[in-house]
Amino acid sequence: MTTAPPADQRSPGLAELERAFDTAVAAEERIEPRDWMPDAYRATLVRQIAQHAHSEIIGMQPEANWITRAPSLRRKAILTAKVQDEAGHGLYLYSAAETLGVSRDELLDKLHAGRQRYSSIFNYPTLTWADVGAIGWLVDGAAITNQVPLCRCSYGPYARAMVRICKEESFHQRQGYELLLALSRGTEAQHAMAQDAVDRWWWPSLMMFGPPDDRSAHSAQSMEWKIKRHSNDELRQRFVDICVPQAESLGLSLPDPELRWNEERGRHDFGAIDWEEFSQVLKGNGPCNEQRITQRRRAHEEGAWVREAASAHAAKRRARATAAIGDTTATGDTAPPTATPNGATTP
Amino acid sequence: MTPAEPPPAPVAGTTAVAPRLVGDEATAALMLGDDALILSHRLAEWTGHAPALEEDVALANISLDLLGQARTLFSLVGDEDELAYLRGERDFRNVQLVEQPNGDFAHTIARQLYFSLAQEIRYTAVVGTDGCPTPIRELAAKAVKETAYHRDHATEWTLRLGDGTDESHARMRRGLEVMWRHTGELFAAVPGLPLDDAALRENWLTALEAVLGEATLPLPQGPDADAWTAGGGREGIHTEPFGFLLAEMQHLHRSHPGATW
Repeated sequence: MTTAPPADQRSPGLAELERAFDTAVAAEERIEPRDWMPDAYRATLVRQIAQHAHSEIIGMQPEANWITRAPSLRRKAILTAKVQDEAGHGLYLYSAAETLGVSRDELLDKLHAGRQRYSSIFNYPTLTWADVGAIGWLVDGAAITNQVPLCRCSYGPYARAMVRICKEESFHQRQGYELLLALSRGTEAQHAMAQDAVDRWWWPSLMMFGPPDDRSAHSAQSMEWKIKRHSNDELRQRFVDICVPQAESLGLSLPDPELRWNEERGRHDFGAIDWEEFSQVLKGNGPCNEQRITQRRRAHEEGAWVREAASAHAAKRRARATAAIGDTTATGDTAPPTATPNGATTP
Repeated sequence: MTPAEPPPAPVAGTTAVAPRLVGDEATAALMLGDDALILSHRLAEWTGHAPALEEDVALANISLDLLGQARTLFSLVGDEDELAYLRGERDFRNVQLVEQPNGDFAHTIARQLYFSLAQEIRYTAVVGTDGCPTPIRELAAKAVKETAYHRDHATEWTLRLGDGTDESHARMRRGLEVMWRHTGELFAAVPGLPLDDAALRENWLTALEAVLGEATLPLPQGPDADAWTAGGGREGIHTEPFGFLLAEMQHLHRSHPGATW
């Protein structure tokens, strides 16, 4: 990717451009793809949007794991639609990243090479059907808590993608909650399945908000740029406060003996998070890191011939169309065929 | 919902309430419903494995359309989950084509091409035939619009793969050949649907040949059905992979008898 602005845009003077950018951000105006922006702002957005897009498509795996075993046709339809939405979110987000000058192919290559991250939560396995519910309620719930403020992100294309994504995510959370409720109120075995899933997903969900504020590498600058609006710890606290009464309604407990209402703070206190586990999973030592990236790479590699065929076919069609025109206006300078990044060519 | 909202109420089931069919008409609904359910299941297996994100979306979309058709058709006969999860292999009446494993993307597209063309032609005929049961005609009228999209998707990919690279051409040709064996029963008579199946099959062949011609692919040669191994789906004779499909699909439901989900 190129991060330097074209020379002609530098002419008014860098300081002046920076001032204009800072003023626009301070005034809550949206930065758009054609606007000048600092290299570091662009790089931060690319990193964040790519990580978000990768999380959507890697996140398809733990849930798709249960589509073929969904225990009722209604549940199967809901789950398939949900996983399909996630593929769609990946598409919006890769498109948003493209407005910053990076292609989907580049970003996928970095994901496959382990040079860009996805949310660590997806390195945990879905071991029972109830995990589908726990992911919807807790993981999507945490994601929404993180993402709703992104709808006001200073970068226009990202903010707009997030508006649509948040609408769908709220449906996802609803289905997860409702799935767990059915299990919790079901047979003894179903209730136990739901409790076990919540026990396993609770702590990893709290880790989704990232390291504590005093250890968060990118937070301060992102908040100044209005890419980020609230600190990690603040969002985490908000999430805990939301979940506690919902868990009660579900008839399920949260696996934290220190979790209690703090009258003075008007918020819940909760136990210490195991940041060593977080760090290990981030380093690649989670239960599914290897499996997730291997499956992603395999799908990409096994699909290479399909994408190549789509590009080749599109090129043939263009060549035929050009030949038909060229019979009368023979020109030797037709542009070489360009492959679409995704293989989905339009005739 | 924003997380601050109160917990949502359970969503009501979506199974349509409709007059129940009996006899041959019920058999017809089951046969068409089983076709849709089983192909939906196979397509859902692609989720997260497709060659491009667009195809993850498209295949899931087709899978969902088919699942919706199956649910409506089952609701004309009985409880959708009992029908899907509690019948044994010999009770399923789908054609063998839809249960065939996905194979590579070309195998899947070949199966899609054969089936979606057939389904569109059959549904169109059902809509226009007074003697077909009204609830099935209503379903067909709605489903034929979905099927037109499925056919279009399969056709476009057949063209891309057939007239793409040498590798894709070879793979598409192979996919068509492998699936061909199971096409003979696509237009076997379905009890309860008084259609001119032979004429429908002619229409199917004509449409298929047009697509394959444009895709520079030959129509497979060789038997398209065989009394011994291919073509028994409507009688409940299936292929070996089908038992595994059912085992996977039904395992959780059957592990908790009487539970609601």
